[in-house]
Amino acid sequence: MISEIFDRILRLSRDSIRRGATSCRHLGEALPGQRLRVAGIDLPPQKAHRLLEMGFVPGTSVEVVRFAPLGDPIEVRVRGYHLSVRRVEARGIGVEEWK
Amino acid sequence: MTATASPVRTAQRVVAIIGNPNCGKSTLFNALTGLRQKVANYPGVTVERKTGRCRGLHGEVLEIIDLPGSYSLEARSPDEEIARDILRGRRDDTPRPDVVVSVVDASNLERNLYLTTQLLELGIPVIVALNMVDVAESRGIRVDPKALAKRLCVPVVPMVASKGVGLIELKSLLSAPLDDVVCGAGLLDEKDVSARYVWLQDICAECVHKPGEPPRTWTDRFDAVLTHPVWGWVFFAATMALIFYAIFAVAAWPMDWIEQGTAVVAGWIEQVLPPGDLRSLLADGVVAGVGGVVIFLPQIVILFFFLGLLEDSGYMARAAFIMDRVMALVGLQGKSFIPLLSSFACAIPGVMATRTIEDRRERLTTIFVAPFMSCSARLPVYALMIALLFPGNEVSAWAKAGIMLSMYLLGVVAAFGTAWIFNRFSQRRATSMLLMEMPPYRRPALSAVLLRIRERAVLFLKNAGTVILALSIVLWALVTYPKPANADATGSEALSQSFAGRIGRVIEPVLEPLGYDWQIGIGLIASFAAREVFVGTMAIVYNVEDDSEEPEVLREILLSQKRPDGTAVFTPLVCVGLMVFYVLAMQCISTLAVVRRETNSWRWPLLQFAYMTLLAYGGALLVYQGGRLLGFQ
Repeated sequence: MISEIFDRILRLSRDSIRRGATSCRHLGEALPGQRLRVAGIDLPPQKAHRLLEMGFVPGTSVEVVRFAPLGDPIEVRVRGYHLSVRRVEARGIGVEEWK
Repeated sequence: MTATASPVRTAQRVVAIIGNPNCGKSTLFNALTGLRQKVANYPGVTVERKTGRCRGLHGEVLEIIDLPGSYSLEARSPDEEIARDILRGRRDDTPRPDVVVSVVDASNLERNLYLTTQLLELGIPVIVALNMVDVAESRGIRVDPKALAKRLCVPVVPMVASKGVGLIELKSLLSAPLDDVVCGAGLLDEKDVSARYVWLQDICAECVHKPGEPPRTWTDRFDAVLTHPVWGWVFFAATMALIFYAIFAVAAWPMDWIEQGTAVVAGWIEQVLPPGDLRSLLADGVVAGVGGVVIFLPQIVILFFFLGLLEDSGYMARAAFIMDRVMALVGLQGKSFIPLLSSFACAIPGVMATRTIEDRRERLTTIFVAPFMSCSARLPVYALMIALLFPGNEVSAWAKAGIMLSMYLLGVVAAFGTAWIFNRFSQRRATSMLLMEMPPYRRPALSAVLLRIRERAVLFLKNAGTVILALSIVLWALVTYPKPANADATGSEALSQSFAGRIGRVIEPVLEPLGYDWQIGIGLIASFAAREVFVGTMAIVYNVEDDSEEPEVLREILLSQKRPDGTAVFTPLVCVGLMVFYVLAMQCISTLAVVRRETNSWRWPLLQFAYMTLLAYGGALLVYQGGRLLGFQ
């Protein structure tokens, strides 16, 4: 019952975001279920290197799996495994649409 | 061993095991070494050094080093730095390995092999342990080990380490002459991250067969509920409540037995030995000290049982995923929650539980603030002070509970505030980030959990326990010596003449602004053994007859205490101030000993002690002097 209401609120808010942003420029804007391609990383060198080593190499497919209940961090799938990333860092991961 | 065994090698073969976190590296280490493991710290750092021994196929001894879980050799964390230095033979305390076993998760091959590409360039023979092939197969992923071995130019052993599958094959490779194991250096022309991944993608395309669209796994189904905006919280809260109940209430039974056992042994010693210093040392110093160490074991064992289940099942990452947003507000992370929650029962298992936090800064911050959580040892002090505040029955139980609750809240505020300050002024903010793998759910293996509980318990007894025992004996000596000249001296007289009593009087000027007299000072000093000792010490100091710690008797006697000028000692302001002092002060040598063990240096416990004591003094001063300015008593 409560969960249904929550789900509906969540879906509504997601829909409104979706209408506003048809294409997202970084992973922080992406929505669950969206499949994207890593375009580049714009973060301090240490963080960027670590993300690269974890597989976020430009050209790689990434998919947002879900948001944490409080909206942050987000769970993504990259190279067949699941990873959670905070939005601060996700905003530094440039993405483009997967075609 | 048979007579035909190969001649004893002068130098044992040293085998290093390395792999990403969650690849089953520890499972393999346990399968190889069983109980023949040693855990210690690398000097100067918080990283644990795990080594063990196993017999090769020809009966020869293999020295196994379990290197810290690493994603890469381009060190970003102290753990990875140690792994890299050992592999390059740069550490004096550890021999350079003769062979490296690179454990990779067959269901997550591409990223797991990234580390392997770096290992291939070290010039040490590498063996790839292709672990968890059963999990991979259940997800429709099939890896061809022969093709993989051909591409990587190193042996590949398919394994299920948790069931012992592939162990013989691995051991036979480890026992074989190493010349057979070539190292695959020079496979890659370019050495940047992208080039490595391009190469790996090519290899995986050839050696890994997987379904086009990944099937919906049990992990997806579980996560739909366990990270759900409503049910996720419900499950999380229920799990945490269960853990908290277990370490708070269930652990109380074995703790009672230990206390009774200690009393029985101490009583026996007092019966068989003639009165004197030796009897007192054994009964009140040694036995009480040992009891004071062992008393922590039930909570440690129970907490690590749950931690083991949470970690090995994969739920720990989900719990951290849910809580991260909240903890990030003060610069902590999701995994800091359980250590802090456990600290409400006792900071010792809480501090030990921070081992699950990978980031060094976040781990140290969590350790630093954990003792602010009101542990169960503070409860008797709060209870006594509240009883002094409201002697009669005119105040409802709800008001008393409210005061108790506000003490707990004060501790939480102090912990989070301190963490926030740490975060605000930390230089390392730019480099720390949360990148937490969400491993698939697995059924935890009880044997692995029990092995880890044993490891933690032994470490606690060996490293922290000895320090706690030594400090307990020092404290015993402080309250016992020098002896009163008069043999019929009462407990109170003896105590006031002891070193503790003298220290109490020496620090009286410091305590005076808080409204405390030297008797309370003795209580504060004695509390370092354990906070609840305060109550018993007050009973001795004020000569409460027949060792009675009955709340009513003690309360009446404390309330009747007068200062030289005739005013009461335990005024409401003094009581509230004392409570605030106990919330904030680091009055626990056991916690200090454990923090020393977990951070591998005296720097952190001493800093923590200084900071918390100052804060406690400031807090109590504020209450007493501020309250007087406002016209309270």
